[in-house]
Amino acid sequence: MQKPATTTNEGASNRTDDAALVERLRAGEERAYEEMVREYSGQMLAVARRFLRSEEDALDTVQEAFISAFRALDRFEGQSKLSTWLHRIVVNSALMRLRKKSRRAERSIEELLPQFRSDGHPARPMNPWREDVAVALEAQEARALVREKIDELPDPYRTVLLLRDIEEYDTRETAELLEITENAVKTRLHRARLALRNLLDPYFRGEVA
Amino acid sequence: MTCQEIAEFLLAYLERELPEPQRDVFQAHLDECPACVTFLRTYESTIRLGKAACRDCPEATKAKVPDALIQAILAARTTGHEQPQNETSDDS
Repeated sequence: MQKPATTTNEGASNRTDDAALVERLRAGEERAYEEMVREYSGQMLAVARRFLRSEEDALDTVQEAFISAFRALDRFEGQSKLSTWLHRIVVNSALMRLRKKSRRAERSIEELLPQFRSDGHPARPMNPWREDVAVALEAQEARALVREKIDELPDPYRTVLLLRDIEEYDTRETAELLEITENAVKTRLHRARLALRNLLDPYFRGEVA
Repeated sequence: MTCQEIAEFLLAYLERELPEPQRDVFQAHLDECPACVTFLRTYESTIRLGKAACRDCPEATKAKVPDALIQAILAARTTGHEQPQNETSDDS
């Protein structure tokens, strides 16, 4: 999963800080709970918003995740960073909420995939994208566009793309989180990327202003 | 190998999961087909764009949390809010 770039010493220091905070939490120190919530709720809300389209759902999910975490503190063994542990809990909460929600009417992934002629050649010419794609992403509007297009993917594909490419869980972890096979993860990831590529194509090859 | 098959096996190629003979055929097609090279590059750009838009920018990584949410979380802890079923072990 998403791993912050830290040196070995920084990593050790983080674990020491985590251990001290967890000890205070287990001792029931009110101030420690508030510190934990204030420190980690921002990144947890950002994660919840990636998975859930409704702000209300995202807020509720963060609350559920913290309550789960508080009650499971005894099981936090310090093998991962506290932030990593909380990240997984909020991802789980968000996925559970997505499963519970009635499935919205979604586009078929098939209509978003690249089309080919019967001889295997592309149905449309493949045009290169602008060379300044990275520069374009410096504009907040362009980043918002990419997020909007990810949101257009059908949920079974969108969740795999988020877990693999954005949250950086590996194939096995993603399969566990979604309770599907590793082969299904690979297939969905590939289709999600193909569909997203198609959705972004008109914008990054410069056809649409 | 057709362009359609290139698109189909792109992930396996990029993750080096294609067996050697198939990889050679794949590579031979890329050497001859600029359209598929373009397709591969835009596929890789798509991955980078997703990361840049959802992870590597401030508005997507740390949200401003309403104080009401923080207070609700702290209050829920002391009032024993119903616990959602969740995976909470860090031993995996």
